[in-house]
This record gives sequence, structure tokens and C-alpha cells, in this order.
Amino acid sequence: MTSPDRRPVGGPLRELTRARVLELIREPEAIFWVFVFPILMAGLLSVAFRARLPEALPVAVVAGAHASARATALSASTEVAPRVLSDSEAKLALARSQVLLIVSDDDVPSYIYDSAVGESRTARLAVDAALQRAAGRADAFTARRMEVAAPGTRYVDFLVPGLLGMNIMGTGMWGIGFSLVVARNGNLLKRLIAAPARRSYVLAAQIASRVIFLIPEAGALLAFAYFVLGVPIRGSVAVLAGVSLLGALTFSGVSLLTAARPRTIEGVSGIMNLVMVPMWIFSGIFFSTDRFPVVMQPFIQALPLTALNDTLRAVMLEGTGVVPLLPELALLATWGLVSFALAVRLFRWQ
Amino acid sequence: MSDLALRCQDLVKRYDEVVAVDGLDLAVRTGECFGMLGPNGAGKTTTVEIFEGLRLPDAGAVEVLGDQWKGDGVALRMRLGIQLQETKFPEKLRVHEVVRLFRSLYPRGFGVDEIMDRVGLQGKASAQVRTLSGGQKQRLSLGCALAGDPELLFLDEPTTGLDPQSRRQAWDIVEDLKTRGRTVLLTTHYMEEAARLCDRVAVVDHGRVIALGTPRELVASLGAEHVISFTVGGAGSDGVDASTFQALPSVEEVAHDEGSWRLTVGEVHRAVPALLAALAERGAEPTQLATHHATLEDVFMALTGRKLRDD
Repeated sequence: MTSPDRRPVGGPLRELTRARVLELIREPEAIFWVFVFPILMAGLLSVAFRARLPEALPVAVVAGAHASARATALSASTEVAPRVLSDSEAKLALARSQVLLIVSDDDVPSYIYDSAVGESRTARLAVDAALQRAAGRADAFTARRMEVAAPGTRYVDFLVPGLLGMNIMGTGMWGIGFSLVVARNGNLLKRLIAAPARRSYVLAAQIASRVIFLIPEAGALLAFAYFVLGVPIRGSVAVLAGVSLLGALTFSGVSLLTAARPRTIEGVSGIMNLVMVPMWIFSGIFFSTDRFPVVMQPFIQALPLTALNDTLRAVMLEGTGVVPLLPELALLATWGLVSFALAVRLFRWQ
Repeated sequence: MSDLALRCQDLVKRYDEVVAVDGLDLAVRTGECFGMLGPNGAGKTTTVEIFEGLRLPDAGAVEVLGDQWKGDGVALRMRLGIQLQETKFPEKLRVHEVVRLFRSLYPRGFGVDEIMDRVGLQGKASAQVRTLSGGQKQRLSLGCALAGDPELLFLDEPTTGLDPQSRRQAWDIVEDLKTRGRTVLLTTHYMEEAARLCDRVAVVDHGRVIALGTPRELVASLGAEHVISFTVGGAGSDGVDASTFQALPSVEEVAHDEGSWRLTVGEVHRAVPALLAALAERGAEPTQLATHHATLEDVFMALTGRKLRDD
């Protein structure tokens, strides 16, 4: 049998890249984590956090002399759903978040609720209005209601650019880092250098294969988000592609740096988690970075994934062009270049 | 061009407290297959990696194909074939893909099919690396080292851990290279391998060359061609010592190690009857008596008092 591949042998950079891509696509786990996982995540989270139809807020009415009158009055309001419960049952239900508020059986009722929960505060307003009205208060006027559903403000719209950023980071880190450490551990890096592959080619092939993977990886997630979930892409697709590419290159640099020294998978995994876990938490993948205190913001805004997520969101949801994003893009590029330069300096070939 | 493919003088390499290479001199002629024979830890791999430009010596001069290592040495490496002791190729790549990758690193060399053919892997072209046996992986490694049709080929323990059949296949590949006039430097701790493949052998121990010559010359240096080995039993065994054997006809050397005796002798047919008579005279008798042609192993033992291999 002869070689099934009749093409002439290409240049070293091309063949090194090709070998790396072949290796990756033959790894079923890699395919799952790169392509299937982010789509699965976007799909599941969009179901969990779907915009719910306005439904009646559950409240408890403590059993007693006033209970049935109050329950009837509350039932008349479409905004709350009352249940008559004993005092202890009501407290348990509140603790379990089964009801949002308890109406006591006192002559002048008390409202027992957690003011930190937004829905409980809404329930208090609705319950109070219904009971006041039943007690004879007349509305001064009835405002007209105009409801809108603004696309691009749902949770899933916020989530998808964050997932894209997370995936660009994750694929770059695991894909390049593991492969380099396995190759170092198995003497393959040393053998390639001895063969003689130029060191720059070996590293460039890792980055090139990672960029090749970016196209189907980002494409699949964005297509799913756009066509299935209806997530808008308001900015230019070219800018979005450019930002994704810059992100992929940046995290290739960071990955080369994390994989510059370790000899074992355990070693590199530890360093990668150290690098990635803070960004998973702080860089605004699942919730806004504004949730963290002001003192932490300089640190959070300096993280490369924060910059990537912010720019992806701005381009997708707000249609922002390149110019307003230049500070974030410059931050990303700096991270990439500095870590690449350090990686080349520190890299252990054998 | 010099008729020396490889030369080093006063080579020294230390790792912390350990001196791995201790003033080693070697000269390998163009076109010969040169062997470095020695036990594990003798400094063979360190020496070869210094030749390959993968390590820097602490002292000493190295000349490879008339050139010296400087910078990344890519131009010089293009003329070499290097097989490291252990290389794990990517498990999911197919044989022809690995060969193609390594071929792409050299500006000239054999075709992908020709390389697979040379190392007998043409039938495995489409097999993934993870499905190959140890011997097949080793032949793939050899193939990758051949890809650039090197002027000088380094083989570091090319058959360690292989079964006898795979070892013979690897030997055939090296012999094929020899007939094509390529220079080969190989390290091994198998004396059969050195004896069969190498034109000249340097016996290395503790980072130094302790003997150098053709396998035949080295064996001849023992001054006798046969070895008689035995242990002594019987009532009079306590009265037996080295002097018992030294005076026997045609015995050149007497060695004793953990109860077993080794006599290096010129003529077995004269030495054995005299040996039996000498033992009988003292009321002792030989057990596990055996004779064999002297080998490089015996040379190593004569020089160091130790065996080449622990196993």
C-alpha cells in the first residue's frame, strides 16, 4: 500500500499546521468541548432564563378571622395568587421561596417579605393596592398600559457574546496548552527541533491551527444564537470576526505562556485553572461585571476576557464600530503580544 | 571535506554533582558505522545529544561534518538524521502523515512512500500511531530520522525494549544505510548489536572511552578467544582459589564474581581437561560448566569487572 495522500509535501509551517488540525479533529472530546458544549450551554440557559409570561405572584394569607375576605380581595387582582396557610406553614413557604410575601391576620395587616427580592417588593405593591381597594380606597385615575418587548435585552442576548468569549479563551488555552505539554513530555518537541523544525514554526503552527478552528467554532455558536435563539448581530460581521480573531490570537499568546515550562498535564492544568478561573468569575460571562464592587473594577477591567466580552457585546448588541472599541482592543493586543514575547523567552523545548 | 564525520575532544558535561561525560575523545570516519557501547548511565546519550547540538558541553570541542554548533543550527541539522531514545508521535496521526510532517522539515530527501518502504511500514501507511506495536513505532522513528537522506545519522539505543524480531528488522534498516555509504553513530548496551552493525566500537564507561577498535580487535585484545564459566561444588571447594586456575594451560585470565568463575582461554580443548583434573585433585567438582566464544560483553567485563546489563 502506498501513501493515500498523493499531494506533494508542503512547506514545514503548512505541514505542522495540518498535522495539528488533523490531530484535533480526530479527538472526539475536543469536538464536544469546542462545538457542542457552547451551543448546548446557550440552548439550556436560554430555556432556564427565558422571558417568562407575566404570571401571578404567589402570596400567603395567614388563616384566621380576616383570611377569607382578604383572599377573595386578592383573587380579584390578576397580579397575585393568594393561598390561605397557617402561620407556621406560611413562614415555611416564604423560607422556601414558594410564596413571595405573607399577609398577617392582624386587623391592620402586616406584610412579611424580603425587600432584597425584587418580586417580593412587586408583590407588596400589588397586595397593598388590592387590599386598599377592597377596603374602599378609590383610584384617582387609571393609567393606560403600553407594553413593549424589546429584542436584544433578554438574558440570552447578554449571555451569547459572553459564551463566545469564554469559548475563544477555553479553546485557545486547552487546545494549545495541552498539545504542547504532551509533545514536550513525549520528547516530540525536542525531536522536531532536532529534525530541524524552526522553533518559530512549531509555535506558529499551534496558533495557525487554533485560528483555523475559530471559524467553525465561532460560526456554529453564532449561527445557533442568531437563527434559533434570535440573538441580534447589530454590528458589522467583519468587525465581529476581527474581534474574535484578535481574541483568539491573544489567548494563543496567553496559552503559550502558561505552557512554556510545565512538563506534565497536571502541571499545566493547574496553571491554566489559575489563569482562567478568575476570568470565568469576573469577566462578565454569565452576569455583568457591574455586580462587583467599585474597588475591584480596575482589576476586572484589566483582564483580557473582560475586554473581549465587552467588545463582543458592544458589536453584537449595540452595533458599535471599531473606533469606540480601540482601548479594549489595544488592551487585548497588549496581553497577546506581551505573553507571546515572554513565552518565546521562557519556552522549554526539552 | 575532512574524512572525519564527527570529532570531539576532552568533552565534559556535569549535572550538578554528577559528571556524565568526563573528558571523552571520539573520531568517527565518514562512511563508517560507529558504535558507543556501554551500560546505562555511562554517558552515551549525553554525548550524543551534545553531538546533536541539543546540549552544550561544559568543556571540550565538537566538530560535526566539519562544522560547529552555533545559533539554532538549522542549516547543519538539515544534513543530519536524529533519532532520540524515546519519541511519542501524536497518537491520532496516521503513519504517512507523521512521515510527511518530518519530510517537510528537510529541503531534500526521500519521498514519503520511499521512506515507509525503507522501514517496512508501507502496509501500515494509513494506521494511526496508537495502533502500532513497539517495534513498528521504533521503525517509524527510524523512518523520520531518514526522511532528509542524512549524511550522518544518530541512533540512540535504536532497539532498546524491542523483541528479537523487531530488533532484527531495525538492524536490517541500519545495514541498508551502511551499504549506501552513510555515516552512522549508534549507542547501545547490546553487545550483539554493536558486534553485528558497527565497523568500530568505543566501549564507554563513567563518561570515558575505555577501549576502541573493531569488534574483532576488541575481542582479540583479551588475548584469548574463549571463555569458560563455572561454579565450584563438592567437599574440597573451600580449597579452591584463583591460583588453582592461573597455572592451567592456555588460561589468560581468571575472574571471580559472586561464586562463579570465568576463565579466558586460548584453547578450550587443553584448558578443560586440566581444569577438571585440578578440581578433582582438591576433591571439588565443577557445576554449571559452560564455554563460549569471547564477546564484547567479555571485553567489558575484563575492563570493568562488571556486566554491561543488569538483567
